[in-house]
Amino acid sequence: MKLKLATLALGATMAAGPVMADLVFPSLSYRTGPFAAGGIPFADGYADYFTLLNERDGGIGGEIAQVPECETAYNTEKGVECYEATKDAGALIYQPLSTGITYQLIPKVTADDIPMHTMGYGRTSAKNGKVFSHVFNYPANYWDGASAGVNHFLEQSGGSLEGKKITLLHFNGAYGREPIPTLEALAEKHGFDFNAIPIDYPGQEQKSQWLQIRREKPDYILFWGWGVMNQVAIQEAANIRYDMNNFMGIWWSGSENDVKPAGDGANGYKSVQFHNVGSDFPVFDDIQKYVVDAGKAAGAGDQVGSVLYNRGVYAAFLAAEAAKQAQDANGTSAIDASMMRDAMENLSITADIMTAAGLPNFGPEFSVSCANHGGDGMSAIAQWDASAQSWSLISDFATSDASVITPLIDADSAAYAAENKIEMGCN
Amino acid sequence: MFYREAGDFKTSYKEDNQTFPIKFDRYRYYAVMFLAFAVVPFIVNDYWVNAIFLPFLIYSIAAIGLNILTGYCGQVSLGTGGFMAVGAYACYKLMTVFPEVSIIIHVLLAGGVTAFVCILFGLPSLRIKGFYLAVATLAAQFFLVWLFNRVPWFYNYSASGQINSPERTVLDIAVTGPNTDAWAKYMFCLVFLTFCALVARNLTRGSVGRKWMAIRDMDIAAEIIGVNPLKAKISAFGVSGFFVGIAGALLFAVYLGAAEAGDSFGITKSFLVLFMIIIGGLGSIFGSFAGAAFLVLLPVLLKNVLVGTLGWPTDLAAHFEFIIVGGLIITFLILEPHGLAQLWRVAKEKLRLWPFPH
Amino acid sequence: MPEQLIFGMEVFLNGLMAGVLYALVALGFVLIYKASGIFNYAQGVMALFSALTLVGIMEGQVPFGHLINAIFGTEIHGFGWHVPAFAAILLTMGVMILLAVIVQKCVFRHLVGQEPIILFMATIGLAYFLEGVGDIMWGSEIKKLDVGLPQGINTLIDETTFGWFGYGFFIDNLDIVATVIAALLVTALVIFAQYTKQGRAMRAVADDHQAALSVGISLNFVWVMVWSVAGFVALVAGIMWGTKSGVQFSLSLIALKALPVLMLGGFTSIPGAIVGGLIIGVGEKLFEFAIGPMVGGATENWFAYVLALIFLVFRPQGLFGEKIIERV
Repeated sequence: MKLKLATLALGATMAAGPVMADLVFPSLSYRTGPFAAGGIPFADGYADYFTLLNERDGGIGGEIAQVPECETAYNTEKGVECYEATKDAGALIYQPLSTGITYQLIPKVTADDIPMHTMGYGRTSAKNGKVFSHVFNYPANYWDGASAGVNHFLEQSGGSLEGKKITLLHFNGAYGREPIPTLEALAEKHGFDFNAIPIDYPGQEQKSQWLQIRREKPDYILFWGWGVMNQVAIQEAANIRYDMNNFMGIWWSGSENDVKPAGDGANGYKSVQFHNVGSDFPVFDDIQKYVVDAGKAAGAGDQVGSVLYNRGVYAAFLAAEAAKQAQDANGTSAIDASMMRDAMENLSITADIMTAAGLPNFGPEFSVSCANHGGDGMSAIAQWDASAQSWSLISDFATSDASVITPLIDADSAAYAAENKIEMGCN
Repeated sequence: MFYREAGDFKTSYKEDNQTFPIKFDRYRYYAVMFLAFAVVPFIVNDYWVNAIFLPFLIYSIAAIGLNILTGYCGQVSLGTGGFMAVGAYACYKLMTVFPEVSIIIHVLLAGGVTAFVCILFGLPSLRIKGFYLAVATLAAQFFLVWLFNRVPWFYNYSASGQINSPERTVLDIAVTGPNTDAWAKYMFCLVFLTFCALVARNLTRGSVGRKWMAIRDMDIAAEIIGVNPLKAKISAFGVSGFFVGIAGALLFAVYLGAAEAGDSFGITKSFLVLFMIIIGGLGSIFGSFAGAAFLVLLPVLLKNVLVGTLGWPTDLAAHFEFIIVGGLIITFLILEPHGLAQLWRVAKEKLRLWPFPH
Repeated sequence: MPEQLIFGMEVFLNGLMAGVLYALVALGFVLIYKASGIFNYAQGVMALFSALTLVGIMEGQVPFGHLINAIFGTEIHGFGWHVPAFAAILLTMGVMILLAVIVQKCVFRHLVGQEPIILFMATIGLAYFLEGVGDIMWGSEIKKLDVGLPQGINTLIDETTFGWFGYGFFIDNLDIVATVIAALLVTALVIFAQYTKQGRAMRAVADDHQAALSVGISLNFVWVMVWSVAGFVALVAGIMWGTKSGVQFSLSLIALKALPVLMLGGFTSIPGAIVGGLIIGVGEKLFEFAIGPMVGGATENWFAYVLALIFLVFRPQGLFGEKIIERV
């Protein structure tokens, strides 16, 4: 026991964080474990964008941005450890990139007064800022994604889904079940048949599911998967020769990693995205010049321009913009987490801001308010071209069906508020 | 020198049969208890409690539970994760349905529910043995996780399928929920751990424990000398389930605050707790503590040394963590197959004679 | 014929095919358990490791490239050559044999005569170790594995069955190849075990360690051999599963699919692994087909275990396992 305490003491001295006064953007990444392939490019993009700001502009408003990285391996308990290890170092914002870690950080960040941004994941009803004061999920959430998918299918089938059959193929867990209520409501509205087929983790064996799809011949498939599930599902769809034009994944099932193993068979596969794809943006030239060529890239530098790398860049961009606006609003460059939260609540991303950052038309224009932490829920559809080996957007950013989603969000957040006795804010 | 039996005379059976018959052991035990209850709560901060102490305390309870089943009764189980999920979901349902009842009672009841489920899944153990049983308990693991995912009643029909622990207090001090002080969480878990360890220690010393061990050592022989295998095995599953359920309830309510069956109570959890008792030592309460400490502390320590001090990239550090943990497990097994508890016993034997071994 | 029956037949056939793939993983477990009494948890990780090595060699990746770059600040990524699949498989086999020698020399030689659970624990340590080494050596991103195996629907079967029933059956070409390879593999193993000197030594060791030792069989040699053969089986399983999903960490989780097969077939029987695999494959697929939709689906993971559990209650040593004779 004594020895144990001695090692403990050693551990604690090690845990001392970076110096205060810099702007700290902790990156809870996962570069190992079953979801490493998705976590690596995101973490690289997140770190590289801040490195770019430091190298090119000398930081944000003259303050150097620090990105201490902490490996979670997508494990909730390591996530707690990472949060506790980094929060005292003046962390401005958390982006855990994991639904499990998000859920247990929601009460914690609220108590510690640190904002959390869960971009396209986490708790969908966190859009309701009246209940979730410190959690933001702009620019889009899962229910927006489901609605965007249905809207696209609607367009594809000429304006009516009456009598069509849409299947949701999903991860059998909280994440995968999220869109079900929305899709059920949409099925009622548009008159299509809806059924859900779950796949258990990890999802290497999906014969049963795809035989069922082959028998039932749904007109369209929406897909909520993550990890190895994605590659297998797309491969199996190619095997049964399902028309890829009618097969659409959510943004977590729409990266290069997911389609490449299936080769040419994946051609035409679609995915919902809330940011642009490809490397044809000025910011990537700068990243190449200031970060990769200077040998300062977080990863091997070969991920630049891939979908998940772009998402990391986009996450970093939104955080950096919020930090800038917090600096302007408070007239000081040394902002703290509470100023950051206020700035995020008043954040508005316009085309000019994106262009100035070298990211023209990279994401939707949106603005956040106290009651609405989720933006306007705008997303676009991307399609995979196997011969060019690239994703490209085939639609503009469009809003989701708020008439269906808003009541669901209100109901879910009200249930959370009642269970945890939270007073509604924003009055 | 420090560790003497000489002059430590016993004048009654009661004294001779106490848990720590050697004076030094006893004082060490009091010192540790004093430290844990009266010193640590005043000096800990959030990081220490959330990253080190809470997981250590909670996994110790789970490890004690599994050790009773596997170490004392010889029934290898890989369903621990699933049983912890039972504890967590039972606790959640109780907390939300009866908000006015004390959380302490909820946690104990969650243990009771888990004990029942554990007995149910323990019934095949009467026919199935060894690794076959281990794999059969995996059926419990997968089925339970699937069930909690599938039936919305368990998570109160929330859209997300996650369960969140609302704020509950003991003596007007919050022990669950976001506004809990670090020391309160720590004390709450420590009390449960102390309770569980005392119960376990005394059960294993008594006739119940001797029956378990008889079954472990040779079940047919045990049956012949009059140990009822049904009762012995079922009681081991029940007691083990009770502890594991408490651990699951605490893990969810106090430590994580939010959980999802597949995410927090997956198969990896089952393996983790099994590793703890094997590394710590099968059939030893101290071994459960040592194993939990080893597997909770080592990764945190390695991470802090490799990333914090040496400044390695996190992915390399994480990979090296795997290599080092794997290498250490093998090294330990080669040096001392019976775990850290055996190392401790050997050290005690040596200390008894030191510095005059002859 | 009623529609449901036709669908059921299709599911049945696919279940058989999936069962073969499960059996491939289970085979590796059985080999090692039979010869040395070790329940090798690392079998799944060995499949991952061998598949990673295979891809790495084929793509001409520099082993430990990331580590070297991090330490020396260099920018090396590949040798720039591509090794043909066949040569790469041979080289990978060499690596797996080397691994078997190291594992035997460094780990299990020191643990002879220990209790089964200790040996099991050691293989868990090995699994951790290999996982870390594999990631550091070859990186943890997803890699496409293409050794020229066909994939996709078999049109011949599709059209023939369409002619018969008016509904074309879906059989994956990869599954057919896997079945053929598994059959070849089992035949080769049986021939090896029955007719070669080394094979006989292996069986002798499996029967009785001490008797084998006393007639002059080197236990060390046999164990290295068994681990090499298990490494080879892992490589085959790794290629099959890796072709489906790309080579990535999750490949190591296929071990979980093999456990119910082992329970059902018995830890000590090679035919048991095959038959068990088929029963599990068919059972879980048919259950998902017939009952799954009623209870919400995704039943396969637990149903495989429950099915095995039901079998075990009636035959505690598995279908083909050795009868346990208990004496006091």
